[in-house]
Amino acid sequence: MRLMLWVRSAAALAVGAALLLATPASDAQSDPGAQAGVVFSPALRFTEQGGESLYRNVCSACHMMDGRGASGAGTFPSLAGNSKLQAAGYPLYVVTNGLHGMPPLGAFMSDEQVAAVVNYVRTHFGNSYQDAVTAEDAKAARP
Amino acid sequence: MEREPVAAVSRRDLLSLIGTVAGSAAMYQAMTSLGFAAESGYKGPIKLDGDPKGATVLILGAGLAGMTAALELRNAGYKVRVIEFNSRPGGRNWTLRGGDTFTELGGHRQTCEFEQGHYLNPGPWRIPYHHRGVLDYCRRLNVALEPFVQLNHNALLHASNAFGGKPQRIREIKADFQGHVSELLAKATQQDRLDEAVSKQDQEILLEALRNWGALDANHAYKTNLISASVRGHAKGPGGGLGAAPVPGDPIDLSEILRSRLWRYLQNFALLDFQTTMFQPVGGMDAIGKAFARELGEIIRYDAKVTRIQQDGAGVTVTYTDASKPDAIRQEKADWCVCTIPLSILSQLEVDVGTPMKAAIDAVPYIASVKIGLQFKRRFWEEDEAIYGGISYTDLPIGQIGYPNSGFNRSGRGVLLGAYLIGLPSTYEFTALAPSERIARAVEFGSQIHPQYRAEFENGVAVAWNRMPFTLGCAGYWTEAARARHYDNLCQIDGRIALAGEHASHIPAWQEGAVLSALDAVTRLHQRVIKS
Repeated sequence: MRLMLWVRSAAALAVGAALLLATPASDAQSDPGAQAGVVFSPALRFTEQGGESLYRNVCSACHMMDGRGASGAGTFPSLAGNSKLQAAGYPLYVVTNGLHGMPPLGAFMSDEQVAAVVNYVRTHFGNSYQDAVTAEDAKAARP
Repeated sequence: MEREPVAAVSRRDLLSLIGTVAGSAAMYQAMTSLGFAAESGYKGPIKLDGDPKGATVLILGAGLAGMTAALELRNAGYKVRVIEFNSRPGGRNWTLRGGDTFTELGGHRQTCEFEQGHYLNPGPWRIPYHHRGVLDYCRRLNVALEPFVQLNHNALLHASNAFGGKPQRIREIKADFQGHVSELLAKATQQDRLDEAVSKQDQEILLEALRNWGALDANHAYKTNLISASVRGHAKGPGGGLGAAPVPGDPIDLSEILRSRLWRYLQNFALLDFQTTMFQPVGGMDAIGKAFARELGEIIRYDAKVTRIQQDGAGVTVTYTDASKPDAIRQEKADWCVCTIPLSILSQLEVDVGTPMKAAIDAVPYIASVKIGLQFKRRFWEEDEAIYGGISYTDLPIGQIGYPNSGFNRSGRGVLLGAYLIGLPSTYEFTALAPSERIARAVEFGSQIHPQYRAEFENGVAVAWNRMPFTLGCAGYWTEAARARHYDNLCQIDGRIALAGEHASHIPAWQEGAVLSALDAVTRLHQRVIKS
């Protein structure tokens, strides 16, 4: 429900609600694994499975492939060696609730996907936290 | 993806569907007669009467909100200065032309290679007729406008898994959908199924109206004939001389249209925000930002990155760095501050405002958007397909293809908008790609709609708004809950600081929202100054 509201209004901003209701596209346009693992999700859910695929196709849009973020007038925080990732609840909260300009991207993901991407971030980019989160943790973190 | 089988559509389903489609138009008419909806809320040029007695105002951001505030406050007698992060005015009011370069977050640098005279508006690209604030500033600042074509009946609607992937003409989908629905309603009327809803006397008129609206024949049927062809077009158009008689085409089956879901795109042309007439500045949207900047002159300081905003009873102090000397900390002081920095950035700065405003600043996520401009050797969409301006819609990740609304029917190169993604998951996936890869994908997807892409493509430029250093996103996104809780707190003047921008409006992501929020903010600020 919340997801639908979020997405519908987001797209209505500039393209009109009608576009948003468009039919899901065929598999032909999402080619998981075929070309460097690039995925184009056809509808309102991310179709990537696994933390690495989610990170590379989604998170890296802002936090960059190397996890180091970037800085302009404002900053996309670096996830590399970021001590805020120590407590698993923090990235779980941010992915599912958003933070400042970051939208709650977990709204487009299943609990399993949220857990997978949080675990990926907490075990890469110089992070090696071994207390993996579960889909149940992700579910509990949702607003 | 296997589509769910569609059950036979009942009359009731269709009626409720019509209600949805017709409802917005009916609602619009009702609201217009009450004086709502038709205008954006712009009341004409504001009058800031009273002497500000040399009060100073520092404006953060030289986008449309900041420059509107600067112009009006300066005209009212304030001493105004503007600080801008970019080395150009306009903010998201921006146009890319051949030779322009820009670097996105992550370091990819692009140089636009369009031929002279062609451009891409990576941000706003159209102005509704009811955005009276933007239109008034265009008039006052001598920004020439021309039509922006939103609805081109000869442009295309495309669903990858309908009609064998073949794009359909908007006019055919529109005419056939309308024709079939009219026929069904006429049948229901004639079978006395609408007796409860429509009086006998009105039923006669309704039948006449349906015949007219749906291009039905004398028997209230929507068929292959010259009546339907007069709306949907012909299989062979009328010509001159021998063998020139027109041949009507066959309407597409209702079931096929329903299942393709292409009818949903028709609403894009009915929505108030997209109703004709729409406008674009001649030569590029940045004509507006440039005109403001020309008017304001030397008071804008560019390449200045704000790092801190402080205030006390005496005034406001803004700390910033100069892009050329990032280590040198600079400060500017003023009596008042109008801050138009996007909340995606402002939420990260140290700002001396109360808890309610700070919570509001932190509460607004920014939606993602990607626009890609593509240059082709020739205007094949015009030469081959008679598509002059307008937009084709597709369920492919590129979302839409926008054709240039100027330079019609010329030989030579053309630039079109090859992708416009916003908000959806695929927007992030496109953003995550290197610019060259985004462009390659846009060409690949677009060639499913226009096969000429493959032979005619020359170069492109891809703007992913999340990676724009000056916004970190496209526009503020308000949920209803967040708006109820935080919006007023965002717009209230906090001590000596007022916020403005599309994010401080009920017209998010539109330039009109930026202009109106600035006018409202400076009006209230001025009242406070005059009283103090």
